[in-house]
Amino acid sequence: MKHSTFFTFVFPSLLAMTLLIVLPVISVVVQSLYAQHEQVIETVQNCGPFGCSDEVTVNQEATQAIREAEPLGRFVGFDNYFNRGHLAVTEMGEAWRTSTGWGDWWNKVMNLPFYSAIVFTLTFTFVVTPLTIGLGFAIAVAVNSASRAVRGPLIFVSLLPFIITPLVGSLVLFWMVDARGILGHAIQWLAGNPDLSVKASTPLMWIMLMVYGVWHSAPFAFVVFYAGLQTVNQDTNEAAMIDGANRWQRVRYVTIPHIMPLVTFVALIQLMDNFRVFEPLISFSAEAHAQSLSTYIYYDLGGETRLLNSAAATSLLTVICVGILLSPVLVRTWRDFKRA
Amino acid sequence: MSTASPRKLPMSLRLFLIGFLVLWVIMAAFPFMWTLWGSFKVEGDFFSKANWAFALSGELTRVETGGSFTGDGYAGAWGQEEFGRAVLNTSIVCVCVVTISLTLSTLAGYALSRSTFNYAFWILIAALMFRAMPQITLVSGYLLPFYEWNLWGKLGTTIIVLVAINQPFSLWMMTSFFRNIPKDLDESAMVDGCNRFQAFRHVILPVMWPGVITTGLFSFLLAYNDFPVAAMLLDQENQTMIPKIASFLGTTQTKGNVMFAVAAVVSATAPLFVLILFFQRQIVSGLTAGAVKG
Repeated sequence: MKHSTFFTFVFPSLLAMTLLIVLPVISVVVQSLYAQHEQVIETVQNCGPFGCSDEVTVNQEATQAIREAEPLGRFVGFDNYFNRGHLAVTEMGEAWRTSTGWGDWWNKVMNLPFYSAIVFTLTFTFVVTPLTIGLGFAIAVAVNSASRAVRGPLIFVSLLPFIITPLVGSLVLFWMVDARGILGHAIQWLAGNPDLSVKASTPLMWIMLMVYGVWHSAPFAFVVFYAGLQTVNQDTNEAAMIDGANRWQRVRYVTIPHIMPLVTFVALIQLMDNFRVFEPLISFSAEAHAQSLSTYIYYDLGGETRLLNSAAATSLLTVICVGILLSPVLVRTWRDFKRA
Repeated sequence: MSTASPRKLPMSLRLFLIGFLVLWVIMAAFPFMWTLWGSFKVEGDFFSKANWAFALSGELTRVETGGSFTGDGYAGAWGQEEFGRAVLNTSIVCVCVVTISLTLSTLAGYALSRSTFNYAFWILIAALMFRAMPQITLVSGYLLPFYEWNLWGKLGTTIIVLVAINQPFSLWMMTSFFRNIPKDLDESAMVDGCNRFQAFRHVILPVMWPGVITTGLFSFLLAYNDFPVAAMLLDQENQTMIPKIASFLGTTQTKGNVMFAVAAVVSATAPLFVLILFFQRQIVSGLTAGAVKG
């Protein structure tokens, strides 16, 4: 294919991606280096019957005017990155010096919004991803052993949690685990504590968010593994049987090596998707107990005072984290490409 | 696995697998049935402090409305809260996103699948990286420019944004579909004197529909399920379904009208049920398309 033809075909798509993905990233970088103009403070002399006093007031009009004239704000360099809301260099140093022990240090770190968001996001990603793969594989094996007639309906039902809107799916689950919902009652009964409530308990909230995560994405892993199971080489399987391999050994040495590339694929997609965990935290109204990097940005953007610069700094740090997370894959692809 | 001989499984293992499947089916389907049933009750039953079984029997629903079932939630959501307008907005967004996104990704995917240049590879790798970026990080890049240029709040802006966000995934999918269409097909057309565009138009276009339909389904799901983009970029007037449901939670939970949200959730889920019912095979093939390629 000629270069010119290639670019004619690719141009519209590339244009859309450049304008609305590449440029916004640049816009994020620029915004993160600026901060909103501070309020214009004036000292006014107030003279009354008891003499004069100086009063410090905020000049709302002047503040408004300068903020509108320069919506980007004032240049602050990397201040946004090092302030308390993000990398919190000062606070981290102080926590390191003054902490009495690891527990104390950890508590201080978890009080810093960016670090607590990143801890939740990473925990969520690395707990949910393996569990999703495990559950998905189990469902795939089970469906594969079911009789052909019921496989269609089984797949239909299994797809539901995955296809459903994440916000809606997590709401449905949240209403059930509400202290007044059926699962909430069940949890209280199991724990023997009638006051137990997801809304009030941080560990329970984390667990439920992860349960939702696994419930939502297991169907994806299942469908991929199920397709993989259809193509397991039956000759190899029978040869293994003749050689005296038992059922478990055949799964271990024939099936699992066959679907290993699929596991890598599912793990890659799941890492990407779990790292941006967002909707369940909104549905569960989990702000008080758990904050992910995405919700941290969302609340900065949506609050009363739109903290665009703070959100931009968090966004860039998030993108860097994604890059680090994906780097093994990218390095491997690059090597493959070099070899080829 | 014992694909060929499911009968040979020992009884205990079979029972275990059946038990596991039953458990999974309940886990997957029960929450939806429970919510559908509960959406026809009053709040006191759906969220019952006294006895969870009220949600089944509808004790308070009978006391408050006289019947075991009530459509109050639906009336409130569709009537009082004008959920219909959100549905209309969502339909507009979905139709436009799917159409535009498919056009762009079909053209680009075809070229990418037929190109042997290095930069074709790099475009796909860049797309993979874009796919990995959380959408909300892009939204924080949009807000300031969109305010300044007066683009914020409009349906058109959201549509274009969703098209762009959808491109990386669609590109990968269409490329992998086009790779399955033999190169000989369009090359022989070109030997017969067609240029690239004519070959695409007359030879590829008629055989590409399965891939287009599958990619279209996933574009639709992205547009339909999107929350971060629509929540941040649309004003009250143009709100789509999902942000509307989220806003119910903010405003109506205090008024005791959480049943509006329940009814809206059921209304938003229904189309997806129908979609899976009709397109199950395409969805499955789409989910595995990327995987089989490795």
